[in-house]
Amino acid sequence: MVYSYYPGCTLKTKAKKLDRYARDCAQIFEIELEEIEDWQCCGGVYPGMADELATRLSPVRALREAGDKKQDLVTVCSACHHVIKRVNEDVKTSGEIRRKINAYLEPENGYEGETKVIHYLELLRDRIGFDRIREKVKQPLNGKKIAPYYGCLLLRPYDVMNFDDPENPSIMEEFLLAIGAKPVHYALKNECCGGYVTMEDEEFASKKSSSIMEAAMDQGAESMITACPLCKYNLENSGLKNGIPVYYFTELLAEALGVKEQEEGT
Amino acid sequence: MQKIGVFVCWCGSNIAATVDVSKVAGAVKEEPDVIFASDYSYMCSEAGQLMIQNAIKEKGLTGIVVCSCSPRMHEATFRKAAQAAGLNPYMVEIANIREQCSWIHKDKEEGTKKAILLAKAAIAKVRFNEPLTAGETPVTKRALVIGGGIAGIQTALDIADAGFEVDIVEKSPTIGGKMAQLDKTFPTLDCAACILTPKMVDAAAHEKIRLFTYSEVEKVKGFVGNFTVDIRKKARSIQEEKCTGCGACMEKCPSRKTGNEFNERLDNRTAIYIPFAQAIPNIPSIDREACIHFKTGKCGICQKTCGVGAIDFDQQDERITRKYGAIVAATGFQPISLERFDEFQYSKSPDVITSLELERLMNAAGPTKGELVKPSSRKHPSDMVFVQCVGSRGESCREKSYCSKICCMYTAKHAMMIRDKYPDINVHVFYIDVRTPGKNFDEFYRRAVEDYGVDYRKGMVGKVMEQKDGRLLVQASDLLTGEQLLLHTDMVVLATAIEPDKSARALATMLTASMDTNDFFTEAHPKLRPVESPTAGIFLSGTCQGPKDIPETVAQAGAAAAKVIGLLSREKLLNNPQVAKAEERLCSGCSGCSKVCPYGAIDYEVREIWDHGVRKTRRIAVVNEAVCQGCGACTVTCPSGAMDLKGFTAKQIMAEVDAICR
Repeated sequence: MVYSYYPGCTLKTKAKKLDRYARDCAQIFEIELEEIEDWQCCGGVYPGMADELATRLSPVRALREAGDKKQDLVTVCSACHHVIKRVNEDVKTSGEIRRKINAYLEPENGYEGETKVIHYLELLRDRIGFDRIREKVKQPLNGKKIAPYYGCLLLRPYDVMNFDDPENPSIMEEFLLAIGAKPVHYALKNECCGGYVTMEDEEFASKKSSSIMEAAMDQGAESMITACPLCKYNLENSGLKNGIPVYYFTELLAEALGVKEQEEGT
Repeated sequence: MQKIGVFVCWCGSNIAATVDVSKVAGAVKEEPDVIFASDYSYMCSEAGQLMIQNAIKEKGLTGIVVCSCSPRMHEATFRKAAQAAGLNPYMVEIANIREQCSWIHKDKEEGTKKAILLAKAAIAKVRFNEPLTAGETPVTKRALVIGGGIAGIQTALDIADAGFEVDIVEKSPTIGGKMAQLDKTFPTLDCAACILTPKMVDAAAHEKIRLFTYSEVEKVKGFVGNFTVDIRKKARSIQEEKCTGCGACMEKCPSRKTGNEFNERLDNRTAIYIPFAQAIPNIPSIDREACIHFKTGKCGICQKTCGVGAIDFDQQDERITRKYGAIVAATGFQPISLERFDEFQYSKSPDVITSLELERLMNAAGPTKGELVKPSSRKHPSDMVFVQCVGSRGESCREKSYCSKICCMYTAKHAMMIRDKYPDINVHVFYIDVRTPGKNFDEFYRRAVEDYGVDYRKGMVGKVMEQKDGRLLVQASDLLTGEQLLLHTDMVVLATAIEPDKSARALATMLTASMDTNDFFTEAHPKLRPVESPTAGIFLSGTCQGPKDIPETVAQAGAAAAKVIGLLSREKLLNNPQVAKAEERLCSGCSGCSKVCPYGAIDYEVREIWDHGVRKTRRIAVVNEAVCQGCGACTVTCPSGAMDLKGFTAKQIMAEVDAICR
């Protein structure tokens, strides 16, 4: 099965592990991730202004390319997924945005939001299936206590993201069980890490992310997983003493499937 | 040739401000068969009705059209007036020029034009009206009440006191319903059991009331005055006539791990059980899923213990068929599932409880004998947070859009009772709005705030977090100060939204009673017929119709009983003569009509008919006029046009359309 694949800028620089292990693991399940040609940055933040056009163009380019190939578009980074999925929804539901974007990009067949955007976790759950992953696990994580951290971007707004129950998500827990780990329940798994606020008000972001990590540690977590480079950054720089390590979920998947190479840089 | 009179109503300025009524009366004078037309300020008044009656007598009218409000409002009034003047009531037609014209238009010229068209359509229709006569059916003088909570009990008692027989069908092993689980009742704080259990005893002892507990309605046939209902009496595994209710079997039962429903599963019960001490009937039932004998074939200790040999493991469900004249739905409510509200940690932390669970925790007969303790540690709490509107008044798919109505008052009650009994506990209440209309209700809430020092905060709780020290951290906002709050607390109580009992939907289908999108039964008219279902002979009592507190439930239960008594007091019922009829020469007996009939009113019989001079036998649809409600579904389904609805024939409808399009 071939999917279009949108890695995003951070995955080419700071978050190489998130990208590389996603690709390596996909191969095990005979899934080909075909990188979008000349993709551009998704914009990083979903444009809150309804008439903002320029920041919506890049996601549409990627979406349209996938659509031309009749492929679903797979993302890994929470922020890219959030932006691309919401912009796609805009094109689908807002006649004004659809008209302007088509007038600007002049795509050959026009674009009306028909491409499906799926997050890598959804690929694992809905297309591959956690049962099949369980079968392929070579080195189960032997009941390691791991806290799933969703953050906010994957879950909300619920009616657009349609990813999981925003108050009681379970996809990461199911994933952790599939690779043999023991998911740790804690209340703040869907709380915001502070996000980009860290650039303006580091103290505030530290407060947010340290309370999340503390909550996970209180419940006995030995490590955490995330799908978001920014969440990982904030959690790791929360200033919490004796903090626990934060991994990308793809990294642990690679470890369990036995495709993880020796440690090397980030 | 008909002689038609047209009467145009002003309805004060309701119609006359937007419709030139005298112009309407003038315009219709030229319509075929119209021999009289006039207008008047209030046609429905005594003077207006007299005007119609005089015209009927003096001009010898054979049909009349009243241009006025919706037929739902005054069709019956004008039919009655016409009948008194010697005209068949079904020779009256209403042109609705108020709700469907003057109220929705602003332009007088447009409004007048439309009113004339509506009047012309009604005239065209009445030209083809035929006098109809209502048939009669006898009334079975017994009522069925479905649901044995306070609503059902009160309705049954009121009907029985009027001298009619009543059956109560209750699905659980005892009557009493949700009220039996409550500790105290607002606003007077009298104990729920003290005021409910005597009524339960009255119901059981009443010579006119028969209880079917642990029973369910399986099938409903028939129509108003003549229902036939199948009741399934579930096997208790106890011979009721032998059991003395001594309770020895329960003491010896070794299966003690089933959640006790009566205590909201805060403790466990035995497999053979009586739900609570005052249960009626005071006879245990065996929960076959929990019973060791039913699971393994062994045990049987209860059978050995029972001194009167009442235990009967082989007992089967029993089917009983009874006839009724009226049916009352009193199926009540249930709190919604909190599965999708995990920001409150309800499924994770035992110290996050629902308000109904708190009722049991505070009740002297509850799992803690009325001592308020944290369920997790059995220790005394020092802080408690109440969250109102959990699942109520929301816009998302997990929430109900309506206000559950009772939560503001019971939360004030809980807060006050806790502060009264344990002044050391700090109580915080988070609310969207505090809604306490009702006699002595707002005073009650103010007492909680002013006399008992309950800390009310406008705002919602966003998250509840379990802490290492076993306490809970509540994250909330205070909208009045604009502060984000973090409160350390020991317990969180969720004022959970209520929804109709899950049995209501299936019951509504059996009764062909309509429901709203929330599965509450719909009343025939929200203001003027609040305790009747649109389906004749079906009445509504209590929370199955909408959220209500106990005083309102009891009032509605009495109102429903009064309606039932009114129905059962009649010897015969007049049927609606505007029903379907199959033309035997056109019917091919295809069964299409009976498949779409929601009332089961169509049967078939084989008849001998003359077809083009040849005698033939043919299968033909026959409408039971007493059952038919005149919905018209069959008439549009019939492929050969054999089905027609009296009073709304295809010919009449086409004449109306023609008049508008002419």
